[in-house]
Amino acid sequence: MNLIKNLKQKILQQKLISICIFFIFSIYIVGIFAPIIATHDYNTTDLYNTQSSPSRENLLGTDKLGRDIFSRLVWGIQTTVIITFSTLITGTLFLGVSMGLIGGYFRGKIDILIMRLGEVVSSFPEIFLIILLAATIRPKIVELIYRLEDKLNISGLVNSGIIDYFVVGIASLPLSWFGTMRLIRGQVLLVRKLEYIQASQAMGTSNFRIIFFHVLPNVISPVIVSASFGIGAIALSEVILSFFGIGVQPPKPSLGVIINDVTSRGSTSVSVLRNHPEQLLPPIIIIWLLILSWNIIGDYINEKINPR
Amino acid sequence: MLIYVAKRLLWVPILIIISTFFVFFMGSIAPGDPAELKLGNKATPERIEKLRNEMGLNEPLGSQYIKYMKNAIKGDFGESYAYSDKKVSEIIGPKLIVTLQLNLIGSILAIFIGLPLGFYSAKNHKTILDPLIVLSSLIIYAIPIFLTAPLLILFFAVYLNWVPASGWDGLFSYSAILPALTIGIPGSAIYIRHMRSSTLDIINQDYVRTAHSKGLRDFQINTKYIARNALLPIITLLGFTIAGIFTGSLIVELIFGIPGVARLSLDAIYQRDFPILTAFIMIGSVSLIVANLIIDLAYTLVDPRIRLSEKN
Repeated sequence: MNLIKNLKQKILQQKLISICIFFIFSIYIVGIFAPIIATHDYNTTDLYNTQSSPSRENLLGTDKLGRDIFSRLVWGIQTTVIITFSTLITGTLFLGVSMGLIGGYFRGKIDILIMRLGEVVSSFPEIFLIILLAATIRPKIVELIYRLEDKLNISGLVNSGIIDYFVVGIASLPLSWFGTMRLIRGQVLLVRKLEYIQASQAMGTSNFRIIFFHVLPNVISPVIVSASFGIGAIALSEVILSFFGIGVQPPKPSLGVIINDVTSRGSTSVSVLRNHPEQLLPPIIIIWLLILSWNIIGDYINEKINPR
Repeated sequence: MLIYVAKRLLWVPILIIISTFFVFFMGSIAPGDPAELKLGNKATPERIEKLRNEMGLNEPLGSQYIKYMKNAIKGDFGESYAYSDKKVSEIIGPKLIVTLQLNLIGSILAIFIGLPLGFYSAKNHKTILDPLIVLSSLIIYAIPIFLTAPLLILFFAVYLNWVPASGWDGLFSYSAILPALTIGIPGSAIYIRHMRSSTLDIINQDYVRTAHSKGLRDFQINTKYIARNALLPIITLLGFTIAGIFTGSLIVELIFGIPGVARLSLDAIYQRDFPILTAFIMIGSVSLIVANLIIDLAYTLVDPRIRLSEKN
């Protein structure tokens, strides 16, 4: 847990953290400003110029359809950014925190219900649950969005890739809320018996007000830790889902889609690594460093919040 | 203690029913009509309707589920849609065995690398070795398998030519070494972390200091006093490992071309062959639930602190 605790050189630790933060920020900025940074359209094929090596025109070369890999990577990062943050906010933060608050504060039947629900969710082999959900809900979501398009008289929603965000987000939802919920619930259980809460209850403050203004601020700090670990995990599950072909759908690029495209679902990864490492390594290294940075930051915050 | 055990034992069947019903439900709302898939898209609506009746698809979901589970207990998970008239259990069985073997050896490797390293790291926590081990375990843990697997193949199979690059000739063959390493090395990181922190907790206990001042040999203190107690919390980690036994090797199997469940379940997704997927998740979740129950009970038995505190 407190792994960097024993790094005697405080400065080294600070440096490591700042490198991680710098890396995360630059990745997310690349994702946000993808339209400006990308040099080509991510989907324009050029069959006269396939599998080319890096050049000034194509910074990382082109793939087997002649698409510019650098631009696909930049847009892929954007997909990752959108998916991680939407899943984090809906799953970990909103669902996890509110369920933890409700269960921990009110106890009783509703608490038991929430805990049992969590047990059911965590009784599945998780990647397979995500795969099953992603495979079964996609058609439903597509149908729903088509209906929405008809009603609002607009088009293009289906093709904009928004479905992919929904599918990946909803599929990883059952896994993302439980950890945070347990964490928050545990904290609430400690706080709810304290005098100041009892005092507010005695004064007749509404439960809603107590939860939001008195309990929440005192239990929220561990969430930062679980969120920083969660971001890495969500990014990874997007990569795995897309790699299997049920997450983000090509031609829309994401880090997983690029890895899948380049290696034909893993089967040719050795020859690609040998002959065109510039195609395979960048998405893998980005996802690796992203997860690593978030884990190191999570450990650091964990150590600051719960010193032993 | 007895009440706790009884509660757990009562809850487990309910949990199994809820989770299997959920999987069954997801499988039944999955796109594609099984009867239509079986007959092909040229079949007349009457034929499809007739087959639907024969397959019991027009019955309410509840009775379908009960029928399915009655057969599932006997090891019969229905018929596959895509491979015509083959039992799901016949298709899954051999592949599942390969995956289980691979993951079992991977997890054993992870435990045997992780526990000693975690212990060693905690014992040396005042030196530079500890942060080094911990940081490198973090780095290794985060490496995507997309990178480690081809790198290992490239180095050991292509350049050194020690082991075959892909394929599977059974558990005790050279072809199992690389995939097992690919699963085991990142897997060990989690054991390093937990073993390290639980050892650190024990090392500073009073009874360990007493043992030292009694003049006991270091070896005896390390094994009998520290490692034994530090291993207790690790038991709960085994549940995590058992979950990994079903899912840990998906990407590894694809990259190494191992005939396990990865290829099978992906094909099942593309061909909308949901009986296979459903059967697989059901087997996985039931064994996970049962394993977690056993681990919980074992933990309460092994650790007297829990046993006694539950009594009071």
